[in-house]
Amino acid sequence: MGSLIEVKNVSKSYWRDSFEIPVLNNISLSVAEGEFLGLMGPSGSGKTTLLNLIAGIDRPNKGSVVVGGTDITSLNESQLAKWRSNHVGFIFQFYNLIPVLTAFENVELPLLLTPLSKKERRQHVETALSVVGLADRMHHYPKQLSGGQEQRVAIARAIVTDPTILVADEPTGDLDKKSAEEILTLLERLNTEFKKTIVMVTHDPRAAEKAHLVRHLDKGELQ
Amino acid sequence: MRVLKLMLKNALRHKLRTMLTILGISVAVVAFSFLRTVVTAWYAGVEASSPNRLITRNAVSFIFPLPLAYRDQIARIEGVETVTFMNWFQGVYIDKNQFFPRMAVDAQTALDAYPEFLVPPDQRETFLKERNACIVGADLAQQYNFKIGDVIPIEGDIYPGKWEFVVRAIYQPRDKTVDGTQMWFHWQYLDERMRQEMPGRAGKVGWYVIRIKNPAEAGRISEQVDALFKNSRAETKTETEAAFQQGFIQGTGLIIQLLNFLSFVIIGIIMLVLGNTMIMSARERTKEYAVLKTLGFSAGHLTALIAGESLIISIIGATLGLLLSYPVVDLFSLMVPKSWFPIFYIEPETIVLGATAALVVAIAAALFPIQRALRTSIVEGLRFVG
Repeated sequence: MGSLIEVKNVSKSYWRDSFEIPVLNNISLSVAEGEFLGLMGPSGSGKTTLLNLIAGIDRPNKGSVVVGGTDITSLNESQLAKWRSNHVGFIFQFYNLIPVLTAFENVELPLLLTPLSKKERRQHVETALSVVGLADRMHHYPKQLSGGQEQRVAIARAIVTDPTILVADEPTGDLDKKSAEEILTLLERLNTEFKKTIVMVTHDPRAAEKAHLVRHLDKGELQ
Repeated sequence: MRVLKLMLKNALRHKLRTMLTILGISVAVVAFSFLRTVVTAWYAGVEASSPNRLITRNAVSFIFPLPLAYRDQIARIEGVETVTFMNWFQGVYIDKNQFFPRMAVDAQTALDAYPEFLVPPDQRETFLKERNACIVGADLAQQYNFKIGDVIPIEGDIYPGKWEFVVRAIYQPRDKTVDGTQMWFHWQYLDERMRQEMPGRAGKVGWYVIRIKNPAEAGRISEQVDALFKNSRAETKTETEAAFQQGFIQGTGLIIQLLNFLSFVIIGIIMLVLGNTMIMSARERTKEYAVLKTLGFSAGHLTALIAGESLIISIIGATLGLLLSYPVVDLFSLMVPKSWFPIFYIEPETIVLGATAALVVAIAAALFPIQRALRTSIVEGLRFVG
């Protein structure tokens, strides 16, 4: 299979007051289409920063990130927003659902940016919620769901637009063991059954076991 | 539709805070409308002035009379349609607090000069026939429960003695900009008594009202009138009715300016109330905006979302405030004597101004939160702990 994600010679640093803090140092990484890549490493190693660069929510100081043939580092903010809506499904550690919207409405959010009709949107949302096993909870609000269920709604939101890649930042970091296992099984299923390319940052060795390939980051460098 | 629903849900996320903000805006809008109405009422006489009426008064002061003999000379000037005259009578009805304009008029010509006073033909005829008859405005009749045939006793002050006038006609103001609280009676009735009791004051009028054919000729006719009586014992000053009315309220100009200023201070208060709510709301949702950006929502979407929420709160508050303004103004109008503010109603311009101010304030209040939401990067936003 061809390479879907190409990270080339990427460096990234942040500024805290007048101090420059280097986070990634000349990283290069290639992720094949249909891959399930796990990124591991200690806190502060740059895992989340690398994930953010791949997802197009942050920009490198140096180097390029090419996803599906598009050099996303060359896109302006509005082009990048449009690109993210079409190509990236993001799964956060703390779910980040909108509390005033139901599960259905949360999953529908990314579809509001598409030209789909209301009926088509409904079909897509129902399908996505069925995939994550929450079709019967679509009218529940986040506060009426357990942590595991909230994360499944977040996954439904990530897959509802059928994105090119799924990026997950510590998706089991806030869950109990059982819920974490269910989420990992779901991600594995999305990879094997629906052929989704997944990049997952995790601390959890059991989570990493689900990935086909695990890369370790330490002090801003890939091991 | 979904985005509108999200705006609504966001607006109602903190129900108490939103309700208090809406209440604050409503109260401010009521205060704004009320003050604007007071200012408008103050200028009502000027606004209601007819462009084809001129007022000629004594050049020294309004309180000095003019000879009746001027009437025919004025009437001969080209472009003059009708000349009538009036005297301020004043007097005391019941007690000094019962104030309404009481004037001695040349009845036939005065009714011709003021077509905005609508009088039923039969009442007009009776009024013109009887020497001690008077005509009262419908608002005045309602306030004192005057009916046709009632006698109004007045204790004279400028014109001493006991006076009695019989209500023979009740005029309806043509529209709500016309004063419905005046009382007119025959100048001839006043003059006859003056001839008997104070001959030196007979044959004198307070001021002339000149109805002209073409308002564009007001300047030329005014100059001609004043030129006629130049170097006489009673020189005249002729001006448009609007300028004449303006002269009465000139002394209160500072108070009016202050009321005007206060009404706009209130707009500022609305902005602070709404701005505070929007800043708090947007700050609390920093993380959510970052999530929306991650999902692909653009700067335009976020701007619409925040401005929309601000508009919803502002529109509800302003609508409520404007609706409440009517009963508040009506209540005030009932509580004070009608003659204080004969013309007291909320003008359409006040509603338009209030609504426009609410819209402008909504946008202005959303500017800072929008700027903050757009300036915060996704990474910073996702890390935000509120």
